[in-house]
Order: sequence, then C-alpha cells, then structure tokens
Amino acid sequence: MNANEIKQLSILACKVRMGIIESTNAAKCGHPGGSMSAAEMFTYLYFKELNVDPANPKWEDRDRFVLSKGHTAPGLYSALALRGFFPVEDLLTLRKVGSYLQGHPNMNTVPGVDMSTGSLGQGISTACGMALAAKHKKQDLRVYTLLGDGEIQEGQVWEACMFASHYKLDNLCVIVDNNGLQIDGEVVKVMSPYPIDKKLEAFGFHVTVIDGHDFNQIEAALNEAKTVKGQPSAIVMKTTKGKDVSFMENEAGWHGKATNAAEYEQAMKELRAKLAELEGK
Amino acid sequence: MADVKKMATRDGYGKGLVALGKAHEDVVVLDADLAGSTKTGMFAKEFPDRHFNCGIAEADMMSVAAGLAASGLTPFASSFAMFASGRAYEQIRNSIGYPALNVKIGASHGGMSVGEDGASHQCCEDFALMRSIPGMVVICPADGVEAEAAVKAVYDYKGPVYLRMGRLAVPVFHEEGFEFQIGKGEVMRDGNDIAIIANGLMVYEAIQAGEKLAELGINARIINMSTIKPLDEEIVLKAAKECGKVITCEEHNVIGGLGEAVCSFLSENYPTPVKRIGVNDEFGFSGPAYEVLDSFGLCARHIVEVAREFCGK
Repeated sequence: MNANEIKQLSILACKVRMGIIESTNAAKCGHPGGSMSAAEMFTYLYFKELNVDPANPKWEDRDRFVLSKGHTAPGLYSALALRGFFPVEDLLTLRKVGSYLQGHPNMNTVPGVDMSTGSLGQGISTACGMALAAKHKKQDLRVYTLLGDGEIQEGQVWEACMFASHYKLDNLCVIVDNNGLQIDGEVVKVMSPYPIDKKLEAFGFHVTVIDGHDFNQIEAALNEAKTVKGQPSAIVMKTTKGKDVSFMENEAGWHGKATNAAEYEQAMKELRAKLAELEGK
Repeated sequence: MADVKKMATRDGYGKGLVALGKAHEDVVVLDADLAGSTKTGMFAKEFPDRHFNCGIAEADMMSVAAGLAASGLTPFASSFAMFASGRAYEQIRNSIGYPALNVKIGASHGGMSVGEDGASHQCCEDFALMRSIPGMVVICPADGVEAEAAVKAVYDYKGPVYLRMGRLAVPVFHEEGFEFQIGKGEVMRDGNDIAIIANGLMVYEAIQAGEKLAELGINARIINMSTIKPLDEEIVLKAAKECGKVITCEEHNVIGGLGEAVCSFLSENYPTPVKRIGVNDEFGFSGPAYEVLDSFGLCARHIVEVAREFCGK
C-alpha cells in the first residue's frame, strides 16, 4: 500500500472514530472503547476488503461480515454510514426509540448488517453457517467475523472453531480484537483467554498476529488468509481500547459508557486535530 | 391394541425430511450426534452432502442454522427436545427468533415418554420456552403420519418453527396422505358434554378416553391441538361455548404449555372451567414409557377420571 492510500484510510478511520463518539454521545450510552479499538479494521474491511454494494445491501453473492462482538455496533454503523449504506446524520439516532440503529446490530433494520448479534459467542457460529452455505452453494465469497478477546471466554466460540476447522471453512476469516480489556477489567485478571494464537492454531486455524492499528499489517494478514486452503484463518490483532482519545485509551471504564459534555468536547477536539493533521491542514 | 399400527413421531419426521430433500434442494439438515435417534440419519443416508453433523454442540448448531438460513438455505436442526430447547434456548431466541430466520427446529425425545433415560432427558418445559419467543411457531404432532405431514407444512411456512416429536412408537390414527395445516385444530370426535383438547401422544389417550366416556353417557369432543402456537382460538372458543367444560392434556408441565395457552385465551375471552392434565411441575424418573406416563396421570384412564368428576358422573 502506498503512503497516500494509508493516509486516505487513516482519514476514514479517524472519521469512523468521530462517528463512534458522536453517536454514543447523542445516545448518552453505548460502547465506544471496543468500537475505537477496531476502527482500522472496520475501515479496511468496508473500504478495501469486502465485496459489497451499498446500493444493494442484500446482494446474494456479497462478502459477509458478522460483528460477533455486537456491542461495538457504533463502530460498524459508523463505517457503514461512511461507506454509503445509510446517511451519516442517522448515526445520531443510535439507541433512540424509533431508530433503526438498535443498540446491537439488527440485520432486518440496518442496511449492510448481515446478522443480528449482541449475545456474545453466537456471531462466529452464524458466520460458520454462512461460510458453509457459500461452499454448499458454490458461491465465491468470503465471510468475516470480528470477536472480542473477552468474548472468546464463551464456550460456544470454541464449538464454532471446531466446526470451522472440521468443515474446512477456508472462506472464513475470524478476527479477534485483542485490546486486553473487558467490562470488569483486564482479560488476564477476569479470565485469561491466552494464548489466543496457540489456542486457535490447536483448533486448526491458520493464525497471524498483527498490530490492529497498522493498515499494512491488516492488508497483509487479510491477503494471506485468502491464500490459505483447507482450513479457516484467524487474525489476532493487538489493539488499544479507546484508541486515539487520550483519556479513553486502555481504560476498561470506557467499555460501555458515553462521554459527558466536557469529555465529548475534549474527545472531538483530539480527533479533529488528528484529522486536520492527516489532511495536512 | 395388537392390530393398531404404531410409529414414533420421530420416524415420521425422518420420512418427512427425506421427502422434502427430494423435492427441495435448499433443505439442509443439522444434527448434534443424535442422527440415529432423531431420525435425521434417514436424510443423511439419502443426501450425505446436505446433512451436517455438528457434534455434541447444540448451541453452535442453532447459530450455524441461523447463518445457513440467512444465506437462503432452509435448515432443519435436530437434537433431543431437552438440548434443542434447553441447552440452546438463548441461541434460538437471539440468533433465530429475533432475526425471524427460517430455521426449523426438529426436537425429538420430548416429554415423559422418553422413559428409561430419566429426568435429565424427560423434557417437559420445551413448549413453555419456545412459546415465549416472539414469532416462534410451536407444533407437537400426535402420530407418525401427522409428523410427516407437519414437516412438509413447516417447510412451506417461512419463519422459525419448533417441532416436537417423541421417542415412543404410538398408535397411528391419521390416514396416509393427511395434510397438515399449521394453527388448525382437528376434531377427532364430536360431543357437547365436555371438550378434551390434547396434543402429542395424549391425543390417542384422549380418543380412547372419549370412547370410554361415551359408554358412561358422557359425549366428549376430542380435539387434536397439534399447533400450540399460534393457538386455534376459533376451535377453542366453539368448544367452550358448546361444551361448557374443557380439559387439556399434554406431555408437558402444566405451566407454560397447551393448558396454559387455552386458559389464557378462555379467561380473557370466554371464561370457562378448565382442568389441565399434564405434568404437575415435577421432574420425571426412569421406567418403561407407559409405566412412567401412568405414574404421572397421563393415560386414558386418568382422563376418564378427571372428565367424570368434572361432569359429576
């Protein structure tokens, strides 16, 4: 990837983060921390990787994305809106009565959402079902699913991993957002999921470990996954929860709460400065 | 009884799946290491590339089924009623029910008639669990022929369905070629003294009870209510108006099943005395099926006793 492409993606990732802060601030609740940590991945997936069409979100041969860590809907919605699936202004209706932007993704109300999620551990299984269906129907498409590192404490995740491996779902790519924090604190203190990469390897996955904020590494890992045959792929991405807002970074407290007025101003000030810097203004 | 043809509803399910598989390419079947028992093995033999064993992982199986349905296939996911509705309840609620995906849950070994395996496997709570999920259709066929017909009907219906079958071979009283209609009760015997509304293997017991009651001068209307949700309110209302007394019979806890559905409807629309025959909020125990059923008051003779007392005869 050339420097300009990285710059354009970085600008989009910054806008995704602004959408996360704005929407959760408007809702006065929601999950900014884990949305921010995956902002580069949401951006890369929707602007470079996924074969999708905002004008035809239910197109049968599209690539699929399942947000298994459904609480980070603000990140997904922000990327979908920027990609043109629905108006960016609608992000401000997040979690409000009458809005199609439900607190957790609803496949029947949000254009571009491929599966309703929110209960941790289930999204990866539904992604397995989609990958199996694609193979069965001989469709040349790929299925991506994003999980939290706390989420993989759910036993169902490992049932799904066995399934993916058993049925050789090489059209499936499982991404784990390893930001190290969950609601009650550090994952290592709550219930250590480590070693994540070795566990996935033992379950039959081709695994890469990357810096989830580095577009070059994201691209390389996703491209490598596409070359793997006969087994599913996994990308464990090391990330910073709350990335790019100074007071949110690496603070478990920002898992599931919104900014107050002063915090909102501060967060947006930092993100606007970052954006201006990226745009060279 | 020797001349009565017997067949388990799970066998009807297996036959129905094979017929569906021949007619529809989009039908795929999932099982959780119980293909021999749930009878999805019959489908697996005919269509090995459309049958997916998920191993002993019911939670994963239900969510995988959701993914298959979201991709345009029509999955039938099977396990024992206990594990399908119990273990995987939340997957059914969130991955299948909430998005209203076209998944058919074929649950065998429901109720006390599982017999020897005992309480851990005698699921008498599944109607309650499944009824409470918005949009879920809940069906419990009475015999093998009805079960086979129900499989076809649930395929034709688009949306999530819970279909409960039994392990035990039970008398077949539907004619071959019977057409199942979701949400329609079936009058098996007419009468105006009392209405007996049953489902599953309790329908045959109710029919037997109806004959005995006739000898005693009580003309019972026997209704097969194989669809518990949506309830055939019309047939219940008519029965309540014309009979004045209602007995419900099911191989399920009296909490949350057919009895409660009938009571809820009648109490709000046409208050009528009702007696519920079912499992009285207890766990089961091991034993041959009919001995266990008898112990829990789930045989024709118990229905006769309740009806006589109810009618004051």
